[in-house]
Amino acid sequence: MLIKKQYDVVVIGSGPGGLAAAIEAKKGGADDVLVIERDVELGGILLQCIHNGFGLQTFKEDLPGPEYAQRYINEAKTLGITFLLDTMVMDVTSQRRLYLSSRDFGYLEVDAHAIVLAMGCRERTRAQVRIPGYRPNGVFTAGTAQRWVNVEGYMPGNRFVVLGSGDIGMIMARRLTFEGAHVERVLEIQSYLSGLSRNYVQCLDDWGISLQLRHTVKRILGKDRVEAIESVAVDDKWNYIPGTEEIIPCDTLLLSVGLIPENELSKKAGVALDPVTGGPFVDEHFQTNVPGIFAAGNVVHVYDLVDYVSLAGAEAGRSAAEFALAEKERSARYIPLIAGKNVRYIVPHKLDKKALEKGDISLQMRVTQPIEEDVWLDVHGENNSVVRRSERYVRPGEMVTIVLRSRMAAEVEKANSLTVDIYPKSEA
Amino acid sequence: MQEKYDYIVIGGGVVGAMITRWLSRYEGKLLLIEKEEDIGMGSSSANTAIVHAGYDPLPGSLKALMNVKANPMWDQLAGELNFPFERRGDYVVAVGEEELPLVDKLMQQGIKNGVPGMMMISGEEMRSRERDINPEVSGALWASTGGICDPFQVTVAAAENAVMNGATVMLDTAFEDFIWEGNRIIGVKTNRGDFYARWVINSAGIYADAVMHKAGVRPEFFIKPRKGEYVIFDRAEVQIHNVLFPVPSSRGKGILVTTTLHENTIVGPNANVIDDKEDTSLTKEGLDELLEGAKKLIPSLNLRHSIANFVGLRPMGNGPCYTPGINYSNDYVIEIPGNVQGFVNLGGIESPGLTSAPAIAERVVNLMKDAGEEFTVKQDWDPIRPARPRFAHMTHDERRLLCDMDPRFGRVICRCENVTEGEIVAEIHAPVPALTYDAIKRRTWLGTGRCQGGFDMTRVVAILARELGVSPFEITKRGKSSEYLYRTTKDVEVADVD
Amino acid sequence: MEEKTFICTACPTGCKLNIRMEGEEVIKITGQRCSKGEVYGRQEAIAPQRMVASTVRVTNGFHPLLPVYTKGSIPKRKISEVLEKIRAVEVTAPVQAEDVIIANVIGTGVDVIASRDMPAR
Repeated sequence: MLIKKQYDVVVIGSGPGGLAAAIEAKKGGADDVLVIERDVELGGILLQCIHNGFGLQTFKEDLPGPEYAQRYINEAKTLGITFLLDTMVMDVTSQRRLYLSSRDFGYLEVDAHAIVLAMGCRERTRAQVRIPGYRPNGVFTAGTAQRWVNVEGYMPGNRFVVLGSGDIGMIMARRLTFEGAHVERVLEIQSYLSGLSRNYVQCLDDWGISLQLRHTVKRILGKDRVEAIESVAVDDKWNYIPGTEEIIPCDTLLLSVGLIPENELSKKAGVALDPVTGGPFVDEHFQTNVPGIFAAGNVVHVYDLVDYVSLAGAEAGRSAAEFALAEKERSARYIPLIAGKNVRYIVPHKLDKKALEKGDISLQMRVTQPIEEDVWLDVHGENNSVVRRSERYVRPGEMVTIVLRSRMAAEVEKANSLTVDIYPKSEA
Repeated sequence: MQEKYDYIVIGGGVVGAMITRWLSRYEGKLLLIEKEEDIGMGSSSANTAIVHAGYDPLPGSLKALMNVKANPMWDQLAGELNFPFERRGDYVVAVGEEELPLVDKLMQQGIKNGVPGMMMISGEEMRSRERDINPEVSGALWASTGGICDPFQVTVAAAENAVMNGATVMLDTAFEDFIWEGNRIIGVKTNRGDFYARWVINSAGIYADAVMHKAGVRPEFFIKPRKGEYVIFDRAEVQIHNVLFPVPSSRGKGILVTTTLHENTIVGPNANVIDDKEDTSLTKEGLDELLEGAKKLIPSLNLRHSIANFVGLRPMGNGPCYTPGINYSNDYVIEIPGNVQGFVNLGGIESPGLTSAPAIAERVVNLMKDAGEEFTVKQDWDPIRPARPRFAHMTHDERRLLCDMDPRFGRVICRCENVTEGEIVAEIHAPVPALTYDAIKRRTWLGTGRCQGGFDMTRVVAILARELGVSPFEITKRGKSSEYLYRTTKDVEVADVD
Repeated sequence: MEEKTFICTACPTGCKLNIRMEGEEVIKITGQRCSKGEVYGRQEAIAPQRMVASTVRVTNGFHPLLPVYTKGSIPKRKISEVLEKIRAVEVTAPVQAEDVIIANVIGTGVDVIASRDMPAR
């Protein structure tokens, strides 16, 4: 596969946000759309969310995650979007240059006229929740366990306690039960359910899995592997209520204690983040503070329904394509200024052809050698002359100025580059 | 299994690894035995990572002697063994006027110990060097010879260099007893067989007392574990630039706030003597103690930004100081006991143990020389242990070259810390191999970032299984009994719905 | 006379429904805020239904497991039986999304279908 140096729109992440963005970008007129995905296949987190509940709004069907993703993957593939799989974006600059790393394609640099950030979230971990005890094996985030159970085909335990009544935790409680494991308890530190009540009914209530609100994990027992957890009730300030401790034997503690938008790359690109959402500040087009960098999906804030993620992705993709096309059109108007005979350098280095319509542009330069006789200052395109004027001498110590006037715009328009030559009249 | 060696070192912590490395310079069959499934899993990988300047130990003690002797050795050592090390200097910070005399006293002690490069600085100067320091700072001792390292890397590097020079390192090999010939130790019994040697060196860290007692040496010597808990802060949220000590108390150097070579800030350790030598559990009280102590130096620290914790046990021994006139009973034991032959005995190597390790190794070799052991330098001894590539630290161009050389370096496995498959594979096949998830984590820093392994865990388990040629069910976090996976998903029947 | 309480899952609101029953017959439903709740309450009281999602083993596939789901809901009391049937199945890649893996599973009239494409390895 030929990977270009420049793309119109580059999308980071092929989850629901990224795929929707790529599709709409392509439909919106962006020719070269690249999607970069760190996993070995497209789909993002949806691939491991094998339960139903996706697509009620978008497709008016109740689909499992992988099928919701499959619909977008199929469409994206028909549109001629380029995909780089098993590839990690290492860096993004505010100039929209991306550095990519993968085993199959090596270490690459790619430039983009517009970027859509769609990296989703990471899970909050135990350390950030500060549970005392040992650090035995068997403490996993629900998402990590989900990947093992649903994608790789392994059970990371037999008896589970789930900390957090987030959707992922409840979904996994049911999933593990379906695969023959025992889920002893779900503990939730708040006084209310963290996820959807539908999941409480279908994942916990259906299966007799007890949910304890206003409870948390006080200690983890076990040195090499979890042997039990000690649960405790808490008050509304999250202080432990003495005497309410209970030892619950188990071999695995699953953490479902929240999602955090994954914005390390955004920071590298100079994108400003809202500390409240954890994601970029965005406008109604999902453009961040960095021109041409857009963000969509869970990377902006944690959504409840994937359908809304797709909508956001579509808007971001559409806007990214619009930005990219305007960028391309604008940069196509630029032509380089070339230092020709006896010219050491010219500033500006490039000019917008259209700019001449609005007013004069001064070209400033220096010569390489002094010429102490009448000279021509000759500005020309490849095949046409733009302007020529004379000077009595030129010296390296004195800056030379040539003014391009509006009336020259027509000639400049014909050229793909402008060269300035300075030479004695006697040689002409 | 019976094998004959010249030297056997018991204990693969930083001291044991350094001793082995020093001995590997000379002719002789050399064995290092370590009871855990990886090197350096005791105190050596759970400390503040500081190479101390040497003003803290009591003048006249062996601790002070070893510290001050060792400190200047670190530049050469870091160059030879290629581990992360920086001489950043350290500060003992006085908060409030009343603490200034205590800090000055520390400087005087340092001068007595022969520590170079110290000076007192003003509170204003301290504030300019560390923006978030407690505004009530009244001054500080600045010790420019202090350094920071990655203590686990130091241990691994020393052990690897020893292996490269012909030493054997046996992991999962626990000392059980000595083998005697009269009053001469001629070998050790382990869970993996008997091994014979002309010299056995006790470097067993927290269990050094148990080992020496088996040799009938120093029955009055005991090691009590002193637990030190630590908090690590997210480098994105907390940026401390220096190594900051509070004024020390009778319990020790106090709770530091220090930057590490991974650019994280760590706070710790506290110091609580416990009974159980296997108790490395983090406590809520300990966390509270840490935060309170840390706020004395950096009031703006917030546990919200903590990303991980760890706990280390210091082997606090009751060894007497033999310098006349010095009344001190927590000194190092580094000796060839009079009542036993073929035995070098170490005990109580707590702080400044990491710092002192190279000097201790040198001392052990000298003691053996004094006792008549003849050492011949190996012709092909190579002090250099080459560095392995660290993708995370490379420029874009360097990464490109590395990926071209070996595509496995292009596959990033740990997203937060930028560790690649190539690096993981290299560690699994290294001279002292990484055989578990934690072993790879210690070597590459994988899994220590924001997601704490959430992304890389399933992938590392698969890579370990593949490279070691075993089933994924055998892959562990930290050795036997800490396996990840129990069975495949389709093995078991489902219970009925009520 | 029997009273059952459920949390309605017809929409995210999650009204607490109270169903008064006489044997197998529903006498009164209270607590719903819309007609969907009434439908749900009635069904849930008499013959609760659920959709089931799980995975089947795949040979020669890109992954060892293929996610599958019931295209429609099945009686809740039959979930375990359906799961056992799913557990016994092994498919061979390649598979397309929506391919029927088990037709009319245990006579429910509902097919178990593939949730995604699974290419061959």
